[in-house]
Amino acid sequence: MSIQFKSILELKSMLNSKTISSSELIEETFKLTKDLKDLNCFVTMNEDSAKQKAKQIDQGKYKNNSYLTGIPLGQKDLFCTEGLRTTCASKILSNFIPPYSATVVKKLEDSGSITIGKTNMDEFAMGSSNETSFYGNVHNPWKRNYVPGGSSGGSAAAVAAGIVPASTGTDTGGSIRQPAAHCGITGMKPTYGKVSRWGMVAFASSLDQAGPLARSAEDCAIMLNEMSGHDLKDTTSLDVEHTDLLRSINNPIKGIKIGIVKEFNLNDLDSKIQERFQDSKKLFEKLGAKFIKISLQNISASVPTYYSIAPAECSSNLSRFDGVKFGHRSKNSNNLNDLYIQSRSEGFGDEVKRRILIGTYALSAGYYDAYYKKAQQVRRLIKNDFESAFETVDLIMTPTSPNTAFEFDSKGAQNPVELYLEDLFTISSNLAGLPAISIPHGMVDNLPVGLQLIGNFLREDKILNAAHVFQKNSEFHLAKPSLEDF
Amino acid sequence: MTWETVIGIETHVQLSTKTKLFSRASTTFGQNPNTNVNLIDCGLPGVLPSVNKEAFYKAIRFGLAIGAKINQTSIFDRKNYFYPDLPKGYQITQMDLPIVLGGSVEIKTKEGTKIINVTRAHLEEDAGKSIHDEFDGYSAIDLNRAGTPLLEIVSEPEISNAKEAVAYMKALHQLVTFLDISDGKMSQGSLRCDANVSIKKKGETKLGTRTEIKNINSFKFIEKAINFEINRQIKELENANSITQETRLYDSMKDETRPMRSKEFANDYRYFPEPDLLPVVISDKELKKIKETFPELPKEKLNRYVDEYKIPDNDAKILSSSKSLADFFEVSLENVEDKGLLAKFLVGDISSLLNKELIEINESNLTPENISKLINLISDGTISGKIAKVILDKTWKKGSKPEEIIEKEGLTQISDDKEIKKIIEQILKENSNQVKAYLAGKEKLFGFFVGQVMKLTQGKANPKTVNSILKEKLKK
Repeated sequence: MSIQFKSILELKSMLNSKTISSSELIEETFKLTKDLKDLNCFVTMNEDSAKQKAKQIDQGKYKNNSYLTGIPLGQKDLFCTEGLRTTCASKILSNFIPPYSATVVKKLEDSGSITIGKTNMDEFAMGSSNETSFYGNVHNPWKRNYVPGGSSGGSAAAVAAGIVPASTGTDTGGSIRQPAAHCGITGMKPTYGKVSRWGMVAFASSLDQAGPLARSAEDCAIMLNEMSGHDLKDTTSLDVEHTDLLRSINNPIKGIKIGIVKEFNLNDLDSKIQERFQDSKKLFEKLGAKFIKISLQNISASVPTYYSIAPAECSSNLSRFDGVKFGHRSKNSNNLNDLYIQSRSEGFGDEVKRRILIGTYALSAGYYDAYYKKAQQVRRLIKNDFESAFETVDLIMTPTSPNTAFEFDSKGAQNPVELYLEDLFTISSNLAGLPAISIPHGMVDNLPVGLQLIGNFLREDKILNAAHVFQKNSEFHLAKPSLEDF
Repeated sequence: MTWETVIGIETHVQLSTKTKLFSRASTTFGQNPNTNVNLIDCGLPGVLPSVNKEAFYKAIRFGLAIGAKINQTSIFDRKNYFYPDLPKGYQITQMDLPIVLGGSVEIKTKEGTKIINVTRAHLEEDAGKSIHDEFDGYSAIDLNRAGTPLLEIVSEPEISNAKEAVAYMKALHQLVTFLDISDGKMSQGSLRCDANVSIKKKGETKLGTRTEIKNINSFKFIEKAINFEINRQIKELENANSITQETRLYDSMKDETRPMRSKEFANDYRYFPEPDLLPVVISDKELKKIKETFPELPKEKLNRYVDEYKIPDNDAKILSSSKSLADFFEVSLENVEDKGLLAKFLVGDISSLLNKELIEINESNLTPENISKLINLISDGTISGKIAKVILDKTWKKGSKPEEIIEKEGLTQISDDKEIKKIIEQILKENSNQVKAYLAGKEKLFGFFVGQVMKLTQGKANPKTVNSILKEKLKK
């Protein structure tokens, strides 16, 4: 019985009914990774220890029996994994084997899940197409030579291709939701602070948040239940009670109020994408939702705000990659300055360099007030807009991305700003620290389209409830790519 | 031309917390390289800092002691620059909202007392150490010190000469040690300073261009470095040259300062608020607790020593001026009857040994146990004051126990009447001429007889007993 395209819950019931053993499941999973090697979803495989863990589970040596026990997962290569190479898809970390695991990885592994490998991504999570990886492009499972989106492109493609039921991702400006949309799967960015950032290599500390990519909202809830929690090692993680997200997932959504953002002019979008949006709106209305026009008046400033803050933090966060303690060290250096310059010139790709330069500039003496500080002030305004919007609505609905997946080299190569606009709908929830999900809601020209639901602070439950009810009443999330190109 | 000097000092005080500012690695000094280091200290990808509140409590104690404003909400910032012993490529420090704001320190010089205002004091992490001369062709990095909490105390430019600068540093040293927030060991870098020095024509209101002398770590060098720098600047200006704003290093071997890097090449540190840490909030309850457990300061100690132990005013002043000496005194005290003698011994013989080697008592081999034992041996007559000095010398050098020294060297005082009588009789017999002279009225010879007894007993005879027996014998 094939395990491809199965959800966490489906695989779990196969394991529970002994239709398949954990070892067989892992065996099959690795077979899939090899059959679909062309997708280039993975940077590093974890075959030996994955098989070993599966064997232990089969032998009953794993006491903990959770939804995830025995379930194969992909881990974005931005999370440190003890003893398993962690590259952030960069040359500069091509030889880095962390001595510790990220809290997210540890929690998921403690719950019995099996890490099968590290998924490909944009270098240091900087990009929206997965084209900045040192380890090559990831193909979109729906169409070869189309981008899977980014930065969590490998995670999204691996789930969309049915290799693993779920993967971890990170989302700084849309890096979970946009690839989920482009690959036709469900991906969720939680509230900032819901999931610990310990062991997650930082891109922009005040925006980065880890979350799941999976085949359904329900699977996302299962993943997020395990991933969340206060962590003493991350002082920005929230010290709050994390409720079981499955508990209310089946609640009727009759009467929920969904906001439509006045400032997003959807008429500018491709007409077919507009149609999908209107169709989903109708479905939600049928399910009892009420739509209300809301205003987020500073929302148009979110892209420039983001591109001041994120590169600034990135320029500082990436200073530790200096060729001194770990990672790539140039062999062509004659003195200390040269060691820095050569190691970093050789180790980082163009997009990372671009952002370090932008960020360094934005923080420079004389520019700090005009860029970084101003951006933080605007960020506050955007946050306030959301706060008042959530006084009247439960959720806010937008497209996830202004377009479907595009062809390799078609965006960004000449004009990076064009690629930055990919994040138009997703960025504001990072700036405001709010949770948001992308769910598939149909196809345009044989490529999936994503729908975004943004929730109030720590209201993942409401988002997942609405998304799950939507999925129970539609089949968009069940669509599978033929993969005949691969 | 008469010149005026303007000096401002930035002092780095290593706070004596058990663990580092942002990690739970130990701060113990002198361990093997890179052993007091954890994931956070070496800045591995993915690690995050978490604040050690103990450092805040210590910083607050300092703030309260100098009458400063305590910012109950303070934030950390990143100072970005590349250096191999700075693992993250940035230092976590405080810029806009330091924990301590304002306050002042009183200094004493021969000219009298003066108030030096403090601009601010903020918390930051120390860097590691680069070692350039131990491995051929390579530099080595020791990260043991990386992440150790520092309190950087910034003075207003109100210090007028090198002597005042030393007095200011001494006052800070006394404060931080009495507040028990630092061990104050300058030789280990626990207290070090950067001095900003400029000169201007007398009466001129505009400040001259300043230079910054980095990392001075002894009182002696502060004075020398500043004096050198003042003279250098005067010479430059009198030769119609200008002063370059730059960082200079003091070379104690050559007794000179020389440029490290000029401002043109200075880093733009690109400060911004540390996004990995939330603002640190000190509650009223925490602040109250710090106030309630405030340590005793020199003036209070002085009064207590005089009142409680009847120590003479002068001795008490000296004892209470140094934290390590006061601590030593207070521990030794517990097992000593004659507190006055203990005080006298610490202020006298022991202090002169300490001054000779320029160390604090807690850096010496002396222990309160050994010294209290020594004092008790004097008071109960087991040894004479003279023998006590011999023993002090030995325990100073090797830290050995007084009773063991006495046993090993046979130094017990002879107080036995019969034995001393015997020795005296022998001496009088051998020196019959002197006895005759004495009896004939040459009473000065009494000292000669005492000396002979001491010589024969190697100083072990109890002088009181010798005196009384000798007097009696010479009467006859």
